[in-house]
Amino acid sequence: MIHRIAVAVVLALVIQPAGAQDKPAAVKKGAKPPAAAPAEPKDAATLEFEKFRTQMEQEGNPAELHEMRGEELWKAKRGAKGISLAASCDLGLGVGVVKGAYVQMPRYFADAGKVMDAERRIVWCMVEKQGFKFDDLAKRPFASGDYTPEQTALVTYVAAQSTNMKIAVPLKDPHVKEVYEIGKEVVTYRAGPYDFSCNTCHGEDGKRIRMQNLPNLSTPQGALTAVLGWPGYRMTGSVMLTHQWRMNDCFRQQRFPQPKYASDTVTALLTYMTANANGHMYKGLGIKR
Amino acid sequence: MKNSPRYSILAASMVTLVAAMPLAHADGDYRAKALAMIKQDFVGRGQATADRVNADGLQTICNRTGNKPPEGIAKRLEADQLAAVKLPADGKLLGDWKSGEQIAQSGRGFTWSDAPGLAVGGNCYNCHQIAPKETSFGTVGPSLYQFGKLRGNTAETQRYVYRKIYNAKAYNLCSAMPRFGHVGALTEKQIKDLVALLMDPNSPVNQ
Repeated sequence: MIHRIAVAVVLALVIQPAGAQDKPAAVKKGAKPPAAAPAEPKDAATLEFEKFRTQMEQEGNPAELHEMRGEELWKAKRGAKGISLAASCDLGLGVGVVKGAYVQMPRYFADAGKVMDAERRIVWCMVEKQGFKFDDLAKRPFASGDYTPEQTALVTYVAAQSTNMKIAVPLKDPHVKEVYEIGKEVVTYRAGPYDFSCNTCHGEDGKRIRMQNLPNLSTPQGALTAVLGWPGYRMTGSVMLTHQWRMNDCFRQQRFPQPKYASDTVTALLTYMTANANGHMYKGLGIKR
Repeated sequence: MKNSPRYSILAASMVTLVAAMPLAHADGDYRAKALAMIKQDFVGRGQATADRVNADGLQTICNRTGNKPPEGIAKRLEADQLAAVKLPADGKLLGDWKSGEQIAQSGRGFTWSDAPGLAVGGNCYNCHQIAPKETSFGTVGPSLYQFGKLRGNTAETQRYVYRKIYNAKAYNLCSAMPRFGHVGALTEKQIKDLVALLMDPNSPVNQ
């Protein structure tokens, strides 16, 4: 760590502004390289969080409660059409098959004519097979306070049935490949008042915002870091959140407007990062800070 | 002409070509598709209006060149950005470093969940090491620890720091750093206070 800070200080010395009209004074001659400022690899809050997470993992992840609710919802006859998802919803491996489905999405669904991630597909099934209204599902799509949307519980259930299975987004399918390539472009797109793209923070290795490590989405390891732990139980606010939510909140922090719920753009991002993690193990429901 | 064998062969080969097309896209096509997708998929919320997804001229050039614009274009556009920087009328650039530290700590502002009109933060510690007491700092930008001590607290360097915070793109067209003054995020007083945080010999940054 000290070495890393020393490197950063040296870099700061080397980097000089480029504007010829406005050349600042050079570094004073004879100035000694400064002692590295004190810094810890992990701040106290991070250590506290990690202790808490270990404890929760031993005692049971609260996400499992949402998984149980999701299983009930999956199997119950519901909606205007009074049919269960178990009897009507194909997540890519056949109607009702949930084992291994999560790690093989996003994928192309011919009946919808779209590439869809797990949450989008579940919502599609709720609308098309069960007769729920999309606008109702999109009104409050993510958990907050005591409220957890049904689709969140369903995603949690479906994801848990892929625990310890290899991520295998079917990139050989040209439909999926096309959406992957579009996702690769979406992450580079800079706009908004702060000129941010996804890649401003997530395009290089070894960067941090405050103490938070930033995964580089273009690498298998970075993409894996971004995929693991979703859906996850977030201790801040005690809420169950999905990967769709994570994308939504990234755009908020990017100072972008809000992506429509279950949109093509979010699917493209999830396709890009999940496929980049292909071949790695999905470890199941997460606990997030 | 109609139903001639030659026409049928042509039609058949066209179908084959069209079917093969998704695999034959160049990057530019994917970029165009990504852009069309983004324009259709975002809605305004709070102060984050839908038109924020439209890239301005500078953003477009950085987007099209992978943040590596040709040098001639970069120099010209950097000069334009620099020319638009408004230096304080009173000529004083060194504000209050204590207030600067608070501004550097805050990451508030401009998101759809921020109340419009509230003071915006500088987001500085998100990306930079600055004062040694704050150990929770990001590494997207270079360390600014001992900035003034290393460079000397001259009027020229103060002007550079003010301009850099006002519009980082005046020095590096596709810099990751926002244009805090240019977009009206930070006020003249806030930028002066940040200049003091980096330059004032009494600031903890320079101890």
